[in-house]
Amino acid sequence: MSQFDVQIDNARPSTLPVDPELARPPDSRHRGRTASRALLVAIGLAGALGALARFGVGRAVPTTPGGVPWGTLLVNISGSLGVGFALVMLADRLPRARLVRPVVVTGFLGGYTTFSTYVVEADTLFRHHDLAVGAAYGLGSLLAGTGAALAGILLARAVVRLERAKRERAAQ
Amino acid sequence: MTFLLVCCVAVGGFVGAPARFLVDRFVADRVESDFPFGTLVVNLSGSFALGLLTGLGLRLHLPVAVEALLGTGLCGAFTTFSSWSFETVRLVEDGQLLTASLNVLVSLAVGLAAAAAGLALGLAA
Repeated sequence: MSQFDVQIDNARPSTLPVDPELARPPDSRHRGRTASRALLVAIGLAGALGALARFGVGRAVPTTPGGVPWGTLLVNISGSLGVGFALVMLADRLPRARLVRPVVVTGFLGGYTTFSTYVVEADTLFRHHDLAVGAAYGLGSLLAGTGAALAGILLARAVVRLERAKRERAAQ
Repeated sequence: MTFLLVCCVAVGGFVGAPARFLVDRFVADRVESDFPFGTLVVNLSGSFALGLLTGLGLRLHLPVAVEALLGTGLCGAFTTFSSWSFETVRLVEDGQLLTASLNVLVSLAVGLAAAAAGLALGLAA
């Protein structure tokens, strides 16, 4: 198997971890490993940037009381798309990089998207406003978020396949 | 004022994201399962914490800067929607439909309950 095949193999779903927070695939997990202080600081800086981006979107798309929180929805959809795209691309381009994934996915995109705000907003809508708006927001975020993650994965796989075909043509 | 809020959000995010990384790894290292327990633990605890903060904010009228630091920054970055949605898609792709459904249902049902419990506790404090 050539180096090239290995890279393509890494773009296949079976080699992606289910949990993107994990720095390594599940089969190489072991207890007692320590995260370097530099990695934690890098994740922290990326997380700060992600949180600021989310804050900025929230400012640009303000939520009216009782209305759908469009800012959080936009953040969670775009972040889910980004995670799906980034994980497949990183597995293809930088299969051996150990640090890029935790910084980009865990740090930036994890800090950018938020589950707690989503749940508290849905709870507030259920409690004080409109059951229909709360349910639409709760289910809409879920469907659009998972759809966006899937779209990101498929988009990145298409990019990988296109590049592979291009390289094969060039090699001939 | 906006500069202060920006700093608060950044500091909260700087702490929240590595905290999620450490908690997720701590849980995933100790639970042998395809179910993403690490993400579940951070999302449920973060939802409870944000509910509590929201309740306390309604009751005690916390400064906006405190809510930016602990709510938007810390709880927002500590919890993650993108990992949750990605993991759900990956489980479906793997053919683990039951685990994927459980991941959605438990996260939503217990997440809403945790936020409501935190809110009630904050309002009662």
